[in-house]
Amino acid sequence: MEKKSMCQEAGVLIFPCSGGSDVGELADRVGRKMAKCGQAKMFCLAGVGAHVSGMLESVKAAKKIIAIDGCPVQCAKKTLEHAGFSPIPFNLKDMGFEKGKTTADDAAINKALSVIAGA
Amino acid sequence: MKIEILGVGCPKCKQLTANAEAAVKELNIAAEVVKITDIDRITEYGVMITPALVVDGAILSAGKLLSKDEIKKLITK
Repeated sequence: MEKKSMCQEAGVLIFPCSGGSDVGELADRVGRKMAKCGQAKMFCLAGVGAHVSGMLESVKAAKKIIAIDGCPVQCAKKTLEHAGFSPIPFNLKDMGFEKGKTTADDAAINKALSVIAGA
Repeated sequence: MKIEILGVGCPKCKQLTANAEAAVKELNIAAEVVKITDIDRITEYGVMITPALVVDGAILSAGKLLSKDEIKKLITK
């Protein structure tokens, strides 16, 4: 993490599930693209799941928390809720992406991004 | 009591340090206020947003510029 970004407002934090499947990969790549474009900051879902205190306190400073899940299991949403947060949930399944039948390419990333950014 | 302010040197980090020092002074307690600016030490705490307030090793706040009174409440809990 860069020094500069640490001192900025927490703003919108994004937590993709980053799961092992194709839709998990797509969720991860969507989150990273949002972060690169400056729309949100990508945080570590694993750190929240591990209840790392510094991570939890950092998330509390967020204005908005977004969970991006690849499939209906909703690991990202549930992990955040387990830690006491109320994320805005997005599920790639609702956007037409099927586990095992999805390629995490630019077209898919842009399609998911347009839904999330437009919400 | 050891109070650590985690921050890489932005104005908010400096202000939080000043507020913590003022809180300690008003409470008249024996406490050392230390500024941690090394990014590796900050990330060891898992803190992703600064400034952060750490009291005796426990992270009480991150990403917020707490006022003197807010700090007083936190450290006397």
